[in-house]
Amino acid sequence: MDLKTTIIEKIKSKFGDALEEVTDFREDLSVTISPEKILEFCKFIKNDNDLSFEMCKDVTAIDWATRKNRFTVVYHVYSFKNNFNLRIKANLKDDPPAIDSVTPVWKSANWYERETYDMYGINFINHPDLRRMYMPEGFEYYPLRKDFPVMGIPGSLPLPEKND
Amino acid sequence: MEKTKNIYTDEKLLKSLLEDKDITIEEDPLEHEMVINMGPQHPATHGVLRLVLRLDGETVVKVVPELGYLHRGYEKMAENMSYYEYIPHTDRLDYTATMCNNVAYVLAVEKLAGIEVPKRAQYIRMIIAELSRIAAHMVAIGTFAMDVGAVTMVMWTFKEREKIQNIFDRIAGARFTTSYTRIGGVASDIDDEAIAMIKNFLDEIGPSLVDMEKLLLGNRIFIDRLKGVGVLSKEDAINYGVTGPNLRATGVEYDVRRAKPYLYYNEIDFNIPTYSEGDALSRYIIRGDEVKESVKILRQCIEKLPKGEVIANNPKRVLPHKTEIYTKMEELIHDFMIVNFGINPPVGDVYFSAENPKGELGFYFVSNGSGQPWKLKIRSPSFCNLQVLPLICKGQMVSDVIAIIGSLDPVMGEADK
Repeated sequence: MDLKTTIIEKIKSKFGDALEEVTDFREDLSVTISPEKILEFCKFIKNDNDLSFEMCKDVTAIDWATRKNRFTVVYHVYSFKNNFNLRIKANLKDDPPAIDSVTPVWKSANWYERETYDMYGINFINHPDLRRMYMPEGFEYYPLRKDFPVMGIPGSLPLPEKND
Repeated sequence: MEKTKNIYTDEKLLKSLLEDKDITIEEDPLEHEMVINMGPQHPATHGVLRLVLRLDGETVVKVVPELGYLHRGYEKMAENMSYYEYIPHTDRLDYTATMCNNVAYVLAVEKLAGIEVPKRAQYIRMIIAELSRIAAHMVAIGTFAMDVGAVTMVMWTFKEREKIQNIFDRIAGARFTTSYTRIGGVASDIDDEAIAMIKNFLDEIGPSLVDMEKLLLGNRIFIDRLKGVGVLSKEDAINYGVTGPNLRATGVEYDVRRAKPYLYYNEIDFNIPTYSEGDALSRYIIRGDEVKESVKILRQCIEKLPKGEVIANNPKRVLPHKTEIYTKMEELIHDFMIVNFGINPPVGDVYFSAENPKGELGFYFVSNGSGQPWKLKIRSPSFCNLQVLPLICKGQMVSDVIAIIGSLDPVMGEADK
């Protein structure tokens, strides 16, 4: 049995109902998990001896703009033992969008989640330090959302007043 | 003699002035915790990194890194331009290693669109990526030494980097913002003179590296300044997502070139230097070792460089040669379609990562089948490497913070995107 089937079988047996979709595109394996189970799932794949996805390489989100469940949070995790990259996705249903933070599992998720919050406005529940990453404090918009214009919103950043 | 007259005639006022609570001259300021800002304009914070330090005397109690001073919204821009148009923007990510970014980006697009690239083009990409890696490590070594006070080093390393930029000038026609790769290959073939220049460079860098080692690694002050400073453990490095030389200095033998070979790195014989100390000194030495490995790779690449095309023949995805556009109708149509409507990769998402001088550079594409990416996420190594700063600066001295930042070798163009 090759690595991919082992991983899928293992996940299926533990998270049968929560596993929404498994796709394999260009040899990238990605699994979609229901967002309520994300923390439990991440704990499992990190601590399981066969899987041991020890490193979280990236957390980001996709804004689908038109779909009903608008945001998808994407995690890229890596297993040194198996030399394998796995992509985890979670389609968010709530509005405003929110999902459990995975910082208890991987420390590296801290800044990635802050970045995702900054850019997409997704709230990570129980995140230790959910602040803006790139944009100034008090900036009202989320720049990577599809409804934010590329040229920016005039007046969204206060400029110096014009003196007479 | 007249008795010295008190300037304060009002005794009450004098008394209250002497009792002023704000005057703390009696107290020792070193016994109190103090908050200071280091950066963004501090020379050792590489331009635009701000650190808020809480100090107890000279000891660092806590560090809060702040990013965002160079945020240019590259990921947003990617969603509004075609895959071809984005190549020049990758130069501006890690601006010390432009070619490495170019190569990583086009490889990611090729993975998404499923484009086969001729072997000669792949070998040329390996050559330029390794040259770029040496150039980036030269900046890293030089500026790091300068941060801790050894200014001579930066002159020496920039001399070597200058030679590499001359080679890039010959190959790509630009010294700094190269944008040399194309989707499906490279912009132009490398000629014999460029190869002669590279060979010449490879012969010269060996003795220079020996000189550099003699200058600093035989220097007691330099060693004492870095040994045991900013120690990062293996577990913490993995937990915090650190990659590249910083991870390998903690003893994890992980290199994307070996773990998931791209280009033709599986045909090349090279070692992955690792150290187990995880301190600033080992992070410094490991970069010198990697330069030696890159020299080894380059020698093999030049020897093995096959003959053939440097760009794929894939009319729907890859731009044809300019000469063909001017003389043939089919090619003109393909050129028109690619320029106006893009290369239209299939619907799906891919993640591709390459080993950059700073660590693992990953591109995550989401395609909806149109000519522009629906989403592009850049997993930049400097961003995650910086995340360990609060951990490894704790309990060190203020002056060590400078050494630690230099040893992590962050590039803010990449951390802020």
